[in-house]
Amino acid sequence: MAHVHDVPAAHGLMAEFDNPTALVEAANRARLQGYTQMDAYSPMPIPELDAALGIKKTKLPLIVLTGGILGGLGGYSLEYWSSVIAYPMVIGGRPFHSWPQFIPVTFETTILGAALSAVIGMFVLNQLPQPYHPVFNVPEFARASRDRFFLCIESTDPRYDREATRTFLDGLHPLGVSEVAS
Amino acid sequence: MADTSYAPPADIDARRTAALVAGLLGLAVCAVGFAVARDQFFRAWLIAYLLWLGVSLGSMGLMMIHHLSGGSWGMVVRRVFEAASRTLPLMTVLFVPVWLGMATLYPWTHPEHVAADEILQHKAAYLNTPFFLLRAAFYFLGWNLIALFLSRWSKAQDEGDTAVTRKMQRLSGGGLVFYALTITAAAVDWVMSINPHWFSTLYGFIFMGGQGLSALAFVILIAAFLSKRAPMNDVLKANHFHDFGKLTLAFVMLWAYFQFSQYLLIYAANLVEEIPYYITRTTHGWQYVALFLILCQFILPFSLLLSRDLKRASNRLVIVAIGLLVMRFIDLYFLVSPEFDAAGMNLHMEAGEHEGGFFLHWLDIAAPVGIGGIWVWMFFTQLRQRPLLPIRDPYLQDALESTGGH
Repeated sequence: MAHVHDVPAAHGLMAEFDNPTALVEAANRARLQGYTQMDAYSPMPIPELDAALGIKKTKLPLIVLTGGILGGLGGYSLEYWSSVIAYPMVIGGRPFHSWPQFIPVTFETTILGAALSAVIGMFVLNQLPQPYHPVFNVPEFARASRDRFFLCIESTDPRYDREATRTFLDGLHPLGVSEVAS
Repeated sequence: MADTSYAPPADIDARRTAALVAGLLGLAVCAVGFAVARDQFFRAWLIAYLLWLGVSLGSMGLMMIHHLSGGSWGMVVRRVFEAASRTLPLMTVLFVPVWLGMATLYPWTHPEHVAADEILQHKAAYLNTPFFLLRAAFYFLGWNLIALFLSRWSKAQDEGDTAVTRKMQRLSGGGLVFYALTITAAAVDWVMSINPHWFSTLYGFIFMGGQGLSALAFVILIAAFLSKRAPMNDVLKANHFHDFGKLTLAFVMLWAYFQFSQYLLIYAANLVEEIPYYITRTTHGWQYVALFLILCQFILPFSLLLSRDLKRASNRLVIVAIGLLVMRFIDLYFLVSPEFDAAGMNLHMEAGEHEGGFFLHWLDIAAPVGIGGIWVWMFFTQLRQRPLLPIRDPYLQDALESTGGH
């Protein structure tokens, strides 16, 4: 995978804006230009950004549903195995497989499975915690948590080209464009 | 925004008239039923009455929850809750047939029956006609007063009185406690005592969960209707229906939780005082009604309401809401009717063993349509009297601006 060029592989190019409207506008233009591998950074949540960046719906609900179903099946199987197969005991004259009594545990393990897969799935999908991220190599990025708004087009993007992408970002009238070292 | 008066749309009037016609036709059929099949009439009336009383009281309960919790979901339909709670005077009058039908509905009203039944003699201090009527008067007085004051203060708020906001919150706190206690007692009086030997401490909660569910389903229908017309088409958005859908999902689960808890406790204890309730309901055809309830008032709406897209699409959410209202009727039918035989006689009226079986009488269709038509007519009459939003509420602007929908 050795590069023949002398240029070190960068994480991407990052444009800096001083207001959220310009950031959303920039993200929209970049999406329409065909960029897909990009991210935006802002001191506060901007609801419009999801659509502007072309972020697809999260897969988390499907993971939670699967976790819930598996948890429920697991709980019920555990009850069935212990009351019918492993320790079949007559209690109060009821059949071994008295399913109404299995429901509370099934319900609880469904919730447990769904809750655990929600938490774990969330961390897997958003890749947190992340001790190192290249965007912090740009000194200006410190202001991303105060009063600056950043759009970073990453070098993994199939349309990424060091010169053309810089020209494109310059055309959005940012405060500046920096190359992000990886 | 051009129009800030939020006057109700004019085509409410046509719906109101249609409801009145349907109601009067239904009541005319009920009158025929009263003449030719009186026992069936009283039983069918009680079920239909409980269904629509549930929408009134459930709306009042949700309105009080909203006064306490705040939130955009309740602000945009507060006037719907208020109009629904102002049907309570009508529902007080429509209780009269239940009073007249006490001898048919409740075995403990017959002295000779009580004389032959030792258990009922012990319960006679509570289950006797004068005390029953006194309690009913007390419930109706309390419910009507809560609805009256919350509605009156809400009107004062429209006229610029800001002090009432706090008053409404305070009354709602006490009002919710009063509602929880009285609906429990009313469920025991009006429904549980049809089978006077049987008892369940969760019974009132099953009614409370059901009434919340009925009210939410009804509110979804009205909100969807209003959201297609000026002025509310600018206000009611997908995120509001998303919230209604989430609350409905919660109440579907709550209802199932209460019903199942009662079933599980009685199943596990397997006591001779309690188990006949479920033996009656799992034999002679009633078991299919029970399965239908589990499927269509829990599993199906639960699965559908998990979908975010469905909750945000008002036209699809409306289908779920209509289904739930129908299921609410079947649920109440299943609480009451298995205690009667196909001729409308209470199975516990005579000594000895009696066996009923599944039946459906034509009055069971006429009574909900009759009471429902009058109820909806009254509801629209109340709804069109005021702006569709509490225009001077201090939290209204926040509610309209929030995009999160909470």
